[in-house]
Amino acid sequence: MSSVLFDVPGPRARTRQRIGTVLVAALLVGIGYVVVRRLTEEQFTVENLDELFQPGNFEAIGEGLLGTVQAAAIAIVTSVLFGLVFAAMRLADNRLVGAVAWTVVEFFRAVPLLMLILIIFYSPVKDVMEDVGVPGDLGSLVLGLTLYNGAVLAEVFRAGVNAVPTGQAEAAYAVGMRKGQVLRLIQVPQAVRIMLPAIISQCVVILKDTSLGYVIIYDELLSQANNIGDFIGANLLTYVCIALIYVSINYSLSRVATWLEARTTRAARSSAQRVEGATGALTGG
Amino acid sequence: MGFLLDNLDVIVEGFAVTLQLLATAGIIAAVAGTLLACVRVSPVPPLRGVGTAYVNVFRNTPLLLVLLIMAFGLPEVGVSLQIDVGPLQYSNFETYASLGLGLYTAAFVCEALRSGINSVSSGQAEAARAVGMSFGQTLRLVVLPQAARSVVAPMASIYIALAKNTSVALGAGVAEATYEMRKLLNDNATERLVIFIGFAIGYIAIVAVISLVANVLERRLVVLR
Repeated sequence: MSSVLFDVPGPRARTRQRIGTVLVAALLVGIGYVVVRRLTEEQFTVENLDELFQPGNFEAIGEGLLGTVQAAAIAIVTSVLFGLVFAAMRLADNRLVGAVAWTVVEFFRAVPLLMLILIIFYSPVKDVMEDVGVPGDLGSLVLGLTLYNGAVLAEVFRAGVNAVPTGQAEAAYAVGMRKGQVLRLIQVPQAVRIMLPAIISQCVVILKDTSLGYVIIYDELLSQANNIGDFIGANLLTYVCIALIYVSINYSLSRVATWLEARTTRAARSSAQRVEGATGALTGG
Repeated sequence: MGFLLDNLDVIVEGFAVTLQLLATAGIIAAVAGTLLACVRVSPVPPLRGVGTAYVNVFRNTPLLLVLLIMAFGLPEVGVSLQIDVGPLQYSNFETYASLGLGLYTAAFVCEALRSGINSVSSGQAEAARAVGMSFGQTLRLVVLPQAARSVVAPMASIYIALAKNTSVALGAGVAEATYEMRKLLNDNATERLVIFIGFAIGYIAIVAVISLVANVLERRLVVLR
């Protein structure tokens, strides 16, 4: 790796770095040894591992994973739809429609997601959902996720369309297309290419945020982990194992986003700029 | 409206804890995030590896899980972090939650700052090196001050996200604003919409203040290139 911040380390610097690395590593191993001993005494014991890796627990974790993926999958689809509708409204010529969309989008972006999920869970909306056969906990979680992530995606979509050079739209108007046609045939196809990485990053955020279902006792991965941890009396061990599952799924998805981004940048067939904005993947929201 | 005024003390108490979490976690995130960003651009490959691993783990783990590990995992191995020094009053759970929120947000601060460092034109660092500055000096005296100015807007988004994320601390047993809201929702079935709007206004006010400060800062600090 070459960087403008420092010279490429020469032989002496490399030796110094190696010695430093070995010393620090030795120190860390020492600290690690104490920590691990402490952990193996109480948490990461053979008995606890044995209890954790029971067939019943695998089933429970599988069930939780299914709940997580189910909520995430539905929420991704509905968020994209919500985002499309509100982005279209914000791009509309009608001032009133634009103002309404702006208010809705800004409100849902400014309010904590957990608060949205809770109020839906405690509101008549949940009863309505249950009347039409949607489980109240799943429905509240998905609706909350949709309102928040849909609002974020609406901004992403709008920024994406605006990032397409105006010459494209002007040329389309010049050959006689109407606004809808310009949007559908010229702007959106080009915008999708540049927005795709941001959309996938937002999917990671949705998947992570399904864990908030824990608060309304929706049966997802984290709730199951909590049950198992309480049952075998080793919460830390269980949480760490569950974290590994989350990290591996989300990291793979993030890699896809990075790969797509590199591909889009390389191909550069569309002259539009990359869309970043304040997606949750960059802010932790 | 009258209902909100009757319960004003509860609401204010909740938001006081929210602000306390925001401030503590914000400081932890700023310090840890800056250190991480330095580590991620450092000349030492193992250090870079550690920084990258940290960012990837924390960016891909749900915040609630981080907080639960802190709040219910650590006590199991006998780590207690109660703080009681003069005005600094932190219950065990509040310390865990602040630490968890701070460490989680640090990963995002690091990435924002790193992209800021990359946006500083390479001539700056090259000139610093040409006059004989070391890596530390180049970063501290030349690159970081310019990078910090260019990342005001993304930082504001991160701190807005942090302000909203403090609500997740209710999962770790901290009585912040969303926790108080849930309690009020449970006890007053008829006033739910009013309660929600009241608490929503509180959060929106916090978010508005952060964006306002960011706007002022950006106008003062931005470097035209």
